[in-house]
Amino acid sequence: MKRHLVTFLAFCLAITAGPQDTFLIRDVTLHPVSGPDIPLTSVFVEDGIVADVGPKLAVPKGTKVVDGKGLHLYPGMIDSATTLGMAEIGAVRETTDVAELGDFNPQLRALVAVNPSSEHLPVARANGITSAIALPSGGIIAGQAGLMHLDGWTWEDMDIKRSAAMHLRFPTISLQADESMGRRGADTPASFSEGKRRYDETLQKLRIFFEDARRYQKAKAAGGAGFTVDRKLEAMLPVLEGKQPVMVTAGRKRAIADALDFAKRENLKIILAGCREFTPELLKEIKARGVPVILPETLALPLDEDDPYDALFTIPSQLHREGILFAFATFDSSAVRNLPYQAAAAVPFGLEREDALKAVTLNAAKIWGVEDRVGSVDKGKWADLVLADGDLLETKTQIKQMWMRGRSVDLSTRHTKLADKYASRPD
Amino acid sequence: MRRSLCLMLGAVAALSAPAADLVIQNAKILTVTKGRLDGAIHIRDGRIVEVAPKILVPAGAEVLDAAGMYVMPGIVDCHSHIASESINEGSVSVSSMVGIEDVVDPDDISIYRALAGGVTTANILHGSANAIGGKCQVLKMRWGKDAAGLKFAGAKPGIKFALGENPKRRGQQAAFGATTLRYPATRMGVEDVIREAFLDAKRYQAEWKSYRARPAGRVAPRRDLKLEALVDVLEGQRLVHAHCYRADEILMLIRLADEQGFKIKTFQHVLEGYKVAKEIAAHGGGASTFSDWWAYKVEAYDATPYNAAIMHKRGVLVSLNSDSGELMRHLNNEAAKAVKYGRVSEDDALAMVTINAARQMEIDARIGSIEPGKDADLALFDGHPLSNYAKVQKVFIDGQLYFDRQKDLAQRAERSTRRKVLLEKQKKPQDDPGRRGPGRRAE
Repeated sequence: MKRHLVTFLAFCLAITAGPQDTFLIRDVTLHPVSGPDIPLTSVFVEDGIVADVGPKLAVPKGTKVVDGKGLHLYPGMIDSATTLGMAEIGAVRETTDVAELGDFNPQLRALVAVNPSSEHLPVARANGITSAIALPSGGIIAGQAGLMHLDGWTWEDMDIKRSAAMHLRFPTISLQADESMGRRGADTPASFSEGKRRYDETLQKLRIFFEDARRYQKAKAAGGAGFTVDRKLEAMLPVLEGKQPVMVTAGRKRAIADALDFAKRENLKIILAGCREFTPELLKEIKARGVPVILPETLALPLDEDDPYDALFTIPSQLHREGILFAFATFDSSAVRNLPYQAAAAVPFGLEREDALKAVTLNAAKIWGVEDRVGSVDKGKWADLVLADGDLLETKTQIKQMWMRGRSVDLSTRHTKLADKYASRPD
Repeated sequence: MRRSLCLMLGAVAALSAPAADLVIQNAKILTVTKGRLDGAIHIRDGRIVEVAPKILVPAGAEVLDAAGMYVMPGIVDCHSHIASESINEGSVSVSSMVGIEDVVDPDDISIYRALAGGVTTANILHGSANAIGGKCQVLKMRWGKDAAGLKFAGAKPGIKFALGENPKRRGQQAAFGATTLRYPATRMGVEDVIREAFLDAKRYQAEWKSYRARPAGRVAPRRDLKLEALVDVLEGQRLVHAHCYRADEILMLIRLADEQGFKIKTFQHVLEGYKVAKEIAAHGGGASTFSDWWAYKVEAYDATPYNAAIMHKRGVLVSLNSDSGELMRHLNNEAAKAVKYGRVSEDDALAMVTINAARQMEIDARIGSIEPGKDADLALFDGHPLSNYAKVQKVFIDGQLYFDRQKDLAQRAERSTRRKVLLEKQKKPQDDPGRRGPGRRAE
């Protein structure tokens, strides 16, 4: 019966999925992430979906077989904050579409600015990253972050969840010199009181914006004759209705505490992001309120001169001990391929390997509400699979083959092509 | 005078050493030049005297049981800007009169953080704002010592050159607060500036040569500190570390150096080195590159992480550098990328962050591998250093313990208490009217 149903479904999907989307990976060590590792098992993929997992699977005659002996199979990884496709060459303004002008732009959608031909996409993909958040980051409310599948002819093809979250860049008092420039930025406030004044002003603006949005919501519900659509405030409705989470970036403990207060007062469903500093009290509150956290690069310098040298390395294990749901992100484009190493960097400082892996797969999928499709190797999920010759989080590991929704992924990139071309230059 | 001061400081350091003999036992030793050996390292007076499967512990020697640990040579970074008060003298196109030696900052916490990542020696370079930049300074990460105590005594001097986008930037847009543009604005101009400077240096060299040959009754030529550094280069006494990206500019500099009769010791960054690896190897130049940075600017768009492996295979001496106080803390993981991208052997990959970098600074007789006669600069990891799961436990420089994770952890509670006390003090209103507290600061 089941076989018939599968055949029937396969027939229905034949238009979108070809026969190459059906295959068996045999005798592989499977890291499903949702459960313990399974040595020497097989995974049957049918029409781009994981159809079955087990040591001995009955598959239709003629099914293509991939030998997984000695290899490891993982789900594709998810980077929970990137500028993939939105920024090609960092220093060239014309190639970046990350930060729009203006303080409040909830109507903007990152996904429409993702260039599917960006050279960064194959590079990220070739190291096992199959999904990523495209994150806009200008002003205070920067726009809508979209979750994308890193494969497609257009951004529409790539769309998993085009309005995954509203990005709120929580205001901070910053007197920090821009270390990369070795001097104070032109915009750095001259004193603490000046910084505080600017902060209060910005926070006030933010409160008023939310108040306006609520009034707009009421006006719309009342449906009076004079009601006119305001696109910015209209874009806030899913946030006010709790249908769309707010991804709040806040780095320092003070900003995180302020962001949590703000979210409570405004009754928002939030995801904290970019956090680099916690206190035990903050961790308790974050846990109690069930707020998930997107962590920035683990391999980062301590915020203050007198912080322990490993201050940032130990944050993931602190969150894990507290039982907080968290995922890793690079907040970058060219460095997305190093996402697994950012996760691995937390392991020598107290995070278990399995939990590091979860934070770039299943837990990220949970945070973005797509765990029914991606994030683990389980029956019924998309066949986003990475076949590697070792531990996915170790740099030395080579990726042998990959599939996204069962389609074989071309692992060549701008980098392999350039290397091949010049490696063949005669002596 | 300076030499004798260094010797004196050296003597003081040796006196303060806890024991003349130290034996590190039961270690997995990654010598880098002679493969892996499981056994012991005998250190005397800051130098390695023996590396063997079993070493008879001399009477009175300190013994460190390194069971389960990997010992590798202290990591060497050929491109860093830490521990320096300033980096770029960018007001002129040739700034060879200035040098990092005069602005070493021994209080920079980056030194300790680098140590905690297993780094023991770094080449501190001037910035890349000009075609010919300032002089470099090789430092050992002897955290706690003063500026003189950090300097790698006897290291050959160096100088920074820079090609491409950075040196021409001020020819295209004025510096902050300035109204005029600075020559050059193109890669053509960058070549011209370097050629002109060396022609000047040769005239200057000739003037002195003539004077020294017949000094009697003549006035010595006026000293020119800018040209002196370039005469050093011409005479092979100063190593050139040239920042570059594109294949065309790399080839240009090789031909220019050939024409003027000097050598480029290392091409720094050299992201397109793989395109002209043959020419770099023929010149005898080294390459000090990033493992996988790309796309941060136009000249970094043809980068490939296979760069190190391709150059290595073509016979170029390759090292992996950080150019960053953060990346510097895990260069061992950067070395693993040479294994991933291009399948460089594990020994060769480790060499890229140790002995190769030392060779590029011509200090390989002293550091960069675990061999008798070399400085006891060692990094102890709790796993294989090419694994992302390994971390540094201890670091020795000249046989002395400069980083110890357990000690660091043990001191944290006390440090945090001291910090709180200081912060409380700062909060209280101050009696001293001259003090510039936060409440009194002029706004």
